Amino acid sequence: MPSDFETIPRETGAADGAPPRSEVSLTINGRDWSGVIDNRVTLLDLLREEIGLTGSKKGCDHGQCGACTVIVNGRRVNACLSFAVMHQGDAVTTIEGVGRPDALDPLQAAFVAHDGYQCGYCTPGQICSAKAVLEEIAAGVPSHVTRDLEAPIATTAEEIRERMSGNICRCGAYANILAAISEVAEGAR
Amino acid sequence: MLFDTPAKENPIDRAREVGQPRPRIDGPLKVSGTARYAYEQRDVVENMAYGYPLGAAIAKGRVRAIDTAAAEAAPGVIGVLTTLDVPRHALGPMNTAMLFGGDRVEHYHQAIAVVVAESFEEARAATALLDVDYAPEPGCFDLERVAREIVGQPFCEDDALVGDFDDAFLAAPVQLDVTYRTPDQSHSMMEPHATLAAWEGDELTVWTSNQMIAWGVRDLAAALDLPRDKVRLVSPFIGGGFGGKLFVRSDVVAASLAARKVGRPVKLALPRPLIANNTTHRPATVQRLRFGATEDGKFTAFGHESTSGNLPDGGPETATQQSQFLYAAPNRLVGERLGVLDLPEGNAMRAPGEASGMMALEAAVDEMAEKLGLDPIEFRILNDTQVVPGKDTPFSQRHLADCLRLGADRFGWGERASLPARRREGRSWIGIGVAAAYRNNLLMKSGARARLQEGGGVEIETDMTDIGTGSYTIIAQTAAEMMGVPLARVTVRLGDSRYPVSAGSGGQFGGNSSTSGVYAACVALRTRIAERLGADPETAVFEEGEVRWGNSAVSLVEAASGGEIVAEDSITFKGLGEKYRQSTFGAHFVEVAVDAATAEIRVRRMLAVCSAGRILNPVTARSQVIGAMTMGVGSALMEELAVDKTRGFFANHDLAGYEVPVHADIPRQDVIFLDETDPISSPMKAKGVGELGLCGVAAAVANAVYNATGIRVRDFPITLDKLLPHMPPF
Repeated sequence: MPSDFETIPRETGAADGAPPRSEVSLTINGRDWSGVIDNRVTLLDLLREEIGLTGSKKGCDHGQCGACTVIVNGRRVNACLSFAVMHQGDAVTTIEGVGRPDALDPLQAAFVAHDGYQCGYCTPGQICSAKAVLEEIAAGVPSHVTRDLEAPIATTAEEIRERMSGNICRCGAYANILAAISEVAEGAR
Repeated sequence: MLFDTPAKENPIDRAREVGQPRPRIDGPLKVSGTARYAYEQRDVVENMAYGYPLGAAIAKGRVRAIDTAAAEAAPGVIGVLTTLDVPRHALGPMNTAMLFGGDRVEHYHQAIAVVVAESFEEARAATALLDVDYAPEPGCFDLERVAREIVGQPFCEDDALVGDFDDAFLAAPVQLDVTYRTPDQSHSMMEPHATLAAWEGDELTVWTSNQMIAWGVRDLAAALDLPRDKVRLVSPFIGGGFGGKLFVRSDVVAASLAARKVGRPVKLALPRPLIANNTTHRPATVQRLRFGATEDGKFTAFGHESTSGNLPDGGPETATQQSQFLYAAPNRLVGERLGVLDLPEGNAMRAPGEASGMMALEAAVDEMAEKLGLDPIEFRILNDTQVVPGKDTPFSQRHLADCLRLGADRFGWGERASLPARRREGRSWIGIGVAAAYRNNLLMKSGARARLQEGGGVEIETDMTDIGTGSYTIIAQTAAEMMGVPLARVTVRLGDSRYPVSAGSGGQFGGNSSTSGVYAACVALRTRIAERLGADPETAVFEEGEVRWGNSAVSLVEAASGGEIVAEDSITFKGLGEKYRQSTFGAHFVEVAVDAATAEIRVRRMLAVCSAGRILNPVTARSQVIGAMTMGVGSALMEELAVDKTRGFFANHDLAGYEVPVHADIPRQDVIFLDETDPISSPMKAKGVGELGLCGVAAAVANAVYNATGIRVRDFPITLDKLLPHMPPF
């Protein structure tokens, strides 16, 4: 979240009756992007419709499914629940910034190896979420199932399942997704 | 290629590619977000506009008028199309409710208008400005009322009546008479129905999300009164379907009509809150099961009656389908009744019929076993049959008993307490449950085009779809096996009506049928190649990138040096379906823990043993099964579309209100495939498995909950409120 008022985007003078638009600048996958956009555009639709990064998915547009999960300033968010103009100056990582088909991130490769998907529609959100989950655990951020708040948190199946539960997979690949994340977590140890 | 005699040994039996655990060939695209789904087709058209639909706010009646002035004057709006602007259109044979057109409202959230604007936000905002004048009419939304009204009426079909059920049931020394209820369920696939429609003159192309390309072309052409050759349908990636995308839905028709009206390509996705009521669902059922048996546990009378409702002209949920085939009994009463409901259209959802039928049947069988004092596995095996009961048609293969016994051994069935509410760990009651799995094996004609490219690569084109099932990969494996090339040398192109018509994805027929079509095309291609080389097509061997015959060997690169070679064929199934009953079998095992104080149910482990012919790829097949097991947990414990019986709609119409399993709900899952092939099914000797994995899971969970607590819930889903008043003493 922007902490000082200088980062609040400037609303541009909209024509009579026209919806307000604002200028916004942010960094997406390491590249600067700026433009003037309708204030109602979500971060998800900025990515998908304005910029053409369609890897982030729209499953519900109501923050219920997690398919739109992206990483903003190191934390995962539902891009559909966040207006783009709220992200002035933010650094956004989408699935396209995680890895490419010919240069997969280890987590993406683990999803392929463990068949951690079926239709693939929730997959970018699962992977972005999982990347953040591993960092949250490493940083000692507790979850509902963390028993000891003072000890280092172990990357257990229970912790991963709990933290990933905002990402629905209707194809039901959960067991394989868990295997993929666990493998990467073990490799990182 | 006509398949009318059992398959002999063929190149697939080499099993160098087919049957191997290959990762998905489309995997890198999916994990990197570069697989393009319908709404994401950006480069295919120019000047695209956004459509946004409006759903009817009444369940039944008429649209008198729609005032579009405010919407048309709203910023960015290009045009508005209402249902009053277009006549009712012709429906495909599988559709029941009108998709877009005319003044009749047949169900809640029926699409009645679409606003087209320069942006998504503008289209959505303007849709809210439409002012609709409705003439509502009363409707019937209560299945219980319908079931009471039509009780005792004739069945929709009466071909499963055998012997004299009534007398045999009355005379049986051990009887069970129970009624189970299964709720309306939503497919809730992750990708909403979406379409980009573009006209070029009188030719229409739709990029959409559809399981059955050729049905889609047929039905869209009919709806728009176009010749089929003027309609192209493209669906390379589909974000889940589960039957909800078998048929053309309102997004396709509305986007096409709107694009024609505004003269620009239009893309439109159904907003999530519209999907449950605008599209189709698995209909609720009321199922009465009556069993009569001898003291030693042989069925003498087997009764399974199911009632469901649907819109006028809709079909029943065929929940007794498996009951004709699963257990022996000399006297049988099996059938379905159908009443009229004015709820949204009921239609196919993953394993239509068996999914809800097995929920009730396999829980009732558990009750009967207990009544007889028999082990539930032994009781099922005791009533197993190798022929269709009452018809004596043999099953092509039937290894139900093997599945049950192997699963019992692997799962530790011996740990199960034979009496309920006996096993306690900490504050949890522990229970183990079993259910048989059964799903018919359907076969569909399927075609493909196979091309040996210059350079020696093999390309397959078919309008088959991959809805997450792994079609891309198993088709590539089939072509690699047949042509004797590595998997990496095969390119697979799917989901385009320009390619040969395939089986499509549904009814667990897609994998076996579509690869059989590819097999046929590859046989034709092998013949062409052999002919070019002067080899005998019958004896030429294709392996390691070469064609070998006699003392000769020519590489495929050389064979194609004179230009690419193309062949097309399809597989047609005939005869064996009548001589043999083709079915898939399995057994599901589930262990649950039920909190003694709160009645919270946690599934602790699951096992499926499946008998489904050759497994084409154990990685993707296993994923199909664990995914189905996950959906089965949802059926057992949480999934229910809540009917507002006053206003006539599903009230929990999004992914927050309609609960599906999440990561935390799903435990360790194991899958065992029996090592077998079924030459009666197809040249691939495979059968379907994607739906088998679902059939029986919910009953196994229910039986485990009963074993844990002694509480038998006959009204799915099994939620805490149904257990709490009856929990054993803490």
